[in-house]
Amino acid sequence: MIPRLSAITSNTFREAVRDRVLYNLIIFVLILLASAPLFSQISIDIERLMLVNLGLSAISIFGVIIAIFIGIGLVSKEIDKKTLYTILSRPVRRWEFIVGKYLGLVLTLLTNAVFMTIGFYAALYLYTRPLSAADARLLIGIYFIVLEFLIITAVTLLFSSFSSPIFSALFSFALFVIGTFSEDLRNFAAYSHGVGKWGAYAASWIVPNFASLNVISQVAHKQPVAGAMVLFNTAYALLYSATVILIAVLIFERRNLK
Amino acid sequence: MKPSAKKTFVLTLVLMLLFAGSVLALAKINSLRGSQATLQDVLYMPSGKLIKRMSLGYSGLLADIYWTRAVQYFGSKHIAQSMHYDLLYPLLDITTDLDPQLIAAYDYGSIFLSEQPPQGAGQPDKAVALVEKGIRENPAYWRLYFTLGFIQYQNRHDYHAAQEAFEKGSEIPGALPWMKVMAARMAERGKDIGTATALWGAVYQMASDKEIKHTAQLHLASIQADIAIDELERRVQTYQQRTGSFPSAWADLERAGLLRGIPLDPGGVPYQLQPGGRVEVLNAKKYPYLGEWRQNQH
Repeated sequence: MIPRLSAITSNTFREAVRDRVLYNLIIFVLILLASAPLFSQISIDIERLMLVNLGLSAISIFGVIIAIFIGIGLVSKEIDKKTLYTILSRPVRRWEFIVGKYLGLVLTLLTNAVFMTIGFYAALYLYTRPLSAADARLLIGIYFIVLEFLIITAVTLLFSSFSSPIFSALFSFALFVIGTFSEDLRNFAAYSHGVGKWGAYAASWIVPNFASLNVISQVAHKQPVAGAMVLFNTAYALLYSATVILIAVLIFERRNLK
Repeated sequence: MKPSAKKTFVLTLVLMLLFAGSVLALAKINSLRGSQATLQDVLYMPSGKLIKRMSLGYSGLLADIYWTRAVQYFGSKHIAQSMHYDLLYPLLDITTDLDPQLIAAYDYGSIFLSEQPPQGAGQPDKAVALVEKGIRENPAYWRLYFTLGFIQYQNRHDYHAAQEAFEKGSEIPGALPWMKVMAARMAERGKDIGTATALWGAVYQMASDKEIKHTAQLHLASIQADIAIDELERRVQTYQQRTGSFPSAWADLERAGLLRGIPLDPGGVPYQLQPGGRVEVLNAKKYPYLGEWRQNQH
């Protein structure tokens, strides 16, 4: 099982690299290098803040875009090129295909995030040297962004397992936006009545919660993030992603590929 | 059971367990963050204008979301009888930066800000700043001048500023005639119970929101009870001067010809005659603003 999974994972990763996904790193570095001196000219004392906000937001946005646009083609592309039949004719189970694809995309995003983090810290060092202990806290913000990738990749793969690429992208992006406002949904439920209340509550548990994973402003202002938050957010991201991947597996297992 | 059915059953069971686990983890995260976690973000935002630029043209939608957040924040604090509403002004400021034409945010937001805690934030200066911003952005909307005059009169006790606001508002085409009457009343008498009744009556008539209407109703009932208590205590004093002792029941005043029947509060409940000649309402919670006007007049 492990060799089959790792083969699909590494192939997915290689394919993403061949698709020149990592070219976004060049844009990322350009944004970082240009932003700090630009904002230092038009504003006061927000050089570091702007660099951190922009850097972490860019890591998140680029990652989400890559997750959605590569994720939507993971299954449909294999069907269109008929390569899926070759894969499944070998001793590869359908669930291994889905999980392998998921891990491959997560690996791509993780590699991307690692390079971006190196670039981000290099820019931070360039403009605010020397780095302080508070700058290490920014890694928690990046870690939470990676957790966000785990969820959005799983969601995109779920839609990709039964829908067309365009609709998968639309659904995934819509769910990402809704997930960003999931706390508003919970607050809305707390103040409404009747069916609307229970509907909103149910929706707030079902849609992914991205609000608690966004600590960019907090770490940018050198505010600490509680250890319990790191622990429970990790548990949440892993459990939620596993749930979504399992649904994708259940759907894909029943899909007629003829 | 077929092997495939068994597999589906096991996978579904695992699925439910995983989902239950994610819900439990999320519940823990929610309790750690607290219900106001999203709202705390406003403390980190440099300005609403910057958010507007970053909203990519969807500033109207974002303003609606921020206005909803402000109302929810105020509601939760109000229910909890909180004495601090620290995030209210930043939320309203961002809302009105995002959509300067969102009249409800100025109108109701300023009332939320100006009322004394725990009814409101107790920040009349910020309420004035918010309404003045609304007037700058919506100069043709005369009702904001009414709100401004009202806050200047009721919360800041600045009768001159109140008069000015009512007067300026009355000059806007479409303004109701009583804006001029209000301006005149401010100029001539300043603070009196008749003006307060007229102002709260106008708020009650104009407000479409149930909560604001209810607050206006509570103010009106409290003012009515204040007037009645003043009058009843005056009659009790007259009784005491005549007989040398305080009445023990309303019947004593009736027998002395100072009262006709048992006096009832605006809710239809008899006023309570206390030892020493004091008069009180039975349920003070129904009259949260009771005594305000008597204190002001004494």
